[in-house]
Amino acid sequence: MAKKKTIRTIPQDRTPMREQPAGERRHNFGEVACGYALEDAQREAERCLFCPERFCVQGCPVSIDIPDFIRKITEKDFRGAYDIITATNLLPAICGRVCPQETQCEGQCTVGDSLEPVAIGRLERFVGDLAVAEGWINIPPIEANAFRVAIVGSGPSGMACAADLAKAGCDVTVYEAFQEAGGVLKYGIPEFRLPNSVIDSEIGKLIKLGIKFECNTLVGRLFTVEQMLGEMGFQAVFIGTGAGYPSFMGIPGESLDGVLSANELLTRCNLMQARDFPRHDTPLELGRRVAVIGAGNTAMDAMRVSLRLGAEEVHCIYRRSKAEAPARAEELHHAEQEGVEFHWLTSPVELLDDGKRGVRGMRCIRMELGEPDDSGRRRPVPVKGSEFEFDCETVVYAIGTNANPILGQTSKLRLNKRGYIEVDEDLATSIMGVYAGGDIVTGAATVIEAMGAGRKAAASIKRYLGLRDSERVYRAAEPALFGIGERNYVRLHQSVDA
Amino acid sequence: MTLAQDKVAAQGYEIVTRLDFSETTFLLEIRHAALARAARAGQFVIVMSHEEGERIPLTLADFDRGRGTITLVIQAAGKTTREMQETCQVGGHLHAVVGPMGIPSHVGSSKKVVCVGGGLGVAPIYPQARAHKEAGAYVIGVVGFRSKALMFWEDKFRACCDQLIVCTDDGSTGIKGLVTEGVKQALAEHADIDEVVAIGPPIMMKACAATTKPRAIKTTVSLNPIMVDGTGMCGGCRVRVGGKVFFACVDGPDFDGHEVDFDDLTQRLRRYAPAERRALEHWRENCRMRGAQS
Repeated sequence: MAKKKTIRTIPQDRTPMREQPAGERRHNFGEVACGYALEDAQREAERCLFCPERFCVQGCPVSIDIPDFIRKITEKDFRGAYDIITATNLLPAICGRVCPQETQCEGQCTVGDSLEPVAIGRLERFVGDLAVAEGWINIPPIEANAFRVAIVGSGPSGMACAADLAKAGCDVTVYEAFQEAGGVLKYGIPEFRLPNSVIDSEIGKLIKLGIKFECNTLVGRLFTVEQMLGEMGFQAVFIGTGAGYPSFMGIPGESLDGVLSANELLTRCNLMQARDFPRHDTPLELGRRVAVIGAGNTAMDAMRVSLRLGAEEVHCIYRRSKAEAPARAEELHHAEQEGVEFHWLTSPVELLDDGKRGVRGMRCIRMELGEPDDSGRRRPVPVKGSEFEFDCETVVYAIGTNANPILGQTSKLRLNKRGYIEVDEDLATSIMGVYAGGDIVTGAATVIEAMGAGRKAAASIKRYLGLRDSERVYRAAEPALFGIGERNYVRLHQSVDA
Repeated sequence: MTLAQDKVAAQGYEIVTRLDFSETTFLLEIRHAALARAARAGQFVIVMSHEEGERIPLTLADFDRGRGTITLVIQAAGKTTREMQETCQVGGHLHAVVGPMGIPSHVGSSKKVVCVGGGLGVAPIYPQARAHKEAGAYVIGVVGFRSKALMFWEDKFRACCDQLIVCTDDGSTGIKGLVTEGVKQALAEHADIDEVVAIGPPIMMKACAATTKPRAIKTTVSLNPIMVDGTGMCGGCRVRVGGKVFFACVDGPDFDGHEVDFDDLTQRLRRYAPAERRALEHWRENCRMRGAQS
């Protein structure tokens, strides 16, 4: 191998990824970030120091062997890179696009201490996209056991849990209430960030693992969790139903036409294809001026979808300042580039009626930041006498969600005060054999955190069923000790304990 | 139980019976054994007739555990329902049927119940009447039609109601007048009514609630606002009840009729009216083109 790389010898600048120009992309649903070409990926891979600390791996909720897969890219062994990623993450094309890498792997990157961190997410996506294009799939030899496991919800936590259990030999069925699998990846994340075709191809891989998807199935109502463990013959159940139930503020005017949740806007557009109305039957009416309340990732998605649906002006109304906005920096930046107008330190107090049941605008009040609150962020306080009116015809709420009540209504699952499912450190619920993870446990979080929870629950379910842990068994290159590489055995237990 | 038996792969859910009650109202019986087994009075399903279709909520009109089927009664009003009237035939399939959704109606504590169905509400009031009867209540059915010729399910109602009051707009059978006339008659004849259950258009449920209000009789109404997912996720179905906001799909669909803001419900049902008109025109135009080609 060549001389040891140092921070001085690696390419100093992060390799840029080609993007659709903001002026163009705000009128189409094509992907914004176009991905790395082969030479981009290799150049960026050269920026990894392969440092012994491997902080990036610790920053990853599913502990991908990041330096190892990057090394494979530098060696032009792309299939090898794919094999390493898929040993821990079956869905690189999805995670490479939607993970908040800046607070996870890239946030821990050693290179990032003095330069811009290695673009790990872009490299992961490069490998994932190449695998989709080449039709690569890693199906390990599966030794079937007699256990049947049901997964409730086909979103990221359910997909990750299902994959691990199928690899361990379980007969896995995933239940989804919508007519298509994918959960929030399908209904929530717009196609310009994550094309539906990418999701479908990743789901196709799960089907090849033997996982069955049953759509149009509302668990809790069509049958209960208790029935799944009883007459339906499942030995274990994982619940990954997400959070869902959108919040409103309770200010006057919220039942006017033209007021909707970001979930409704995104579901109509992404899953039901309202942008193709009337060829698709689901309508979505937006005014000339759209105001979105909130500044998280969902708000950014709602604003950018509104632009693409033809809104002339899109405004972001947020009660704190830009520094406190929960959205990923990249999403916020993209929204700014596309022409969204941001109104920081502004809070609506009333939605104004146009006299025909529609919205003509909102009355807002200016805020200032006071003392830090429970979240550690400075609490916004209204500035007396600063109220003003603001014109818009559509108001979209993206201020967070509450727990979905259906499973609480239909089972004996113990819930916490806020309605989320209570679990122990193994993600076990109050019903034996039933595990839960993702937003229905933690409240709204990220796709990869949900996937991490799904994998952790799968490990717990395997232990509950008395299955040996097959996590790393199939990496034939490593010496196996009772089927488990010693190094990985240690790591696995660390990650479960964490 | 396997759900796979209920649907032929990729085809959807089989239509086993179709009956036309009038030029606009038709019945579809759909094979779905698991749903038939799980369904309770007061619940609804969401249906997509084809892959590009919209998701529409429909209250269950019947479910037969023995036959493994559910029954929907549909009024061809907008684009989707008119298209269904044209395309849904025995042997055909619906792309998606999901449910049962919503909290089942509370049955069992009322000893004398008036079940009122008007317009589209006649069919979905039937499972309620049957459930109250099975729970041992004295059931008075009140059903309303425009005229005798449009009447359906009289035998089914007579089988589960101790008394049936039929109202028609033109007086061709039963009482001449709206279902509220029937409710008034029931209230006049019985001093001991515990509950009135009303299903129908918002204006009809509002009128029923107004009729029972002076005597403070518990009045339950079933709300059917615009929904997308039906699982509490979109918030499109939010309704105002007693000054608070609820999602009809997971907090309902049954609510206290004396507390519901019906004007709000009526307005919110019209939210997509312009788009619905466009969809209907687009579809008619396509139909004409198809007709011209063949």
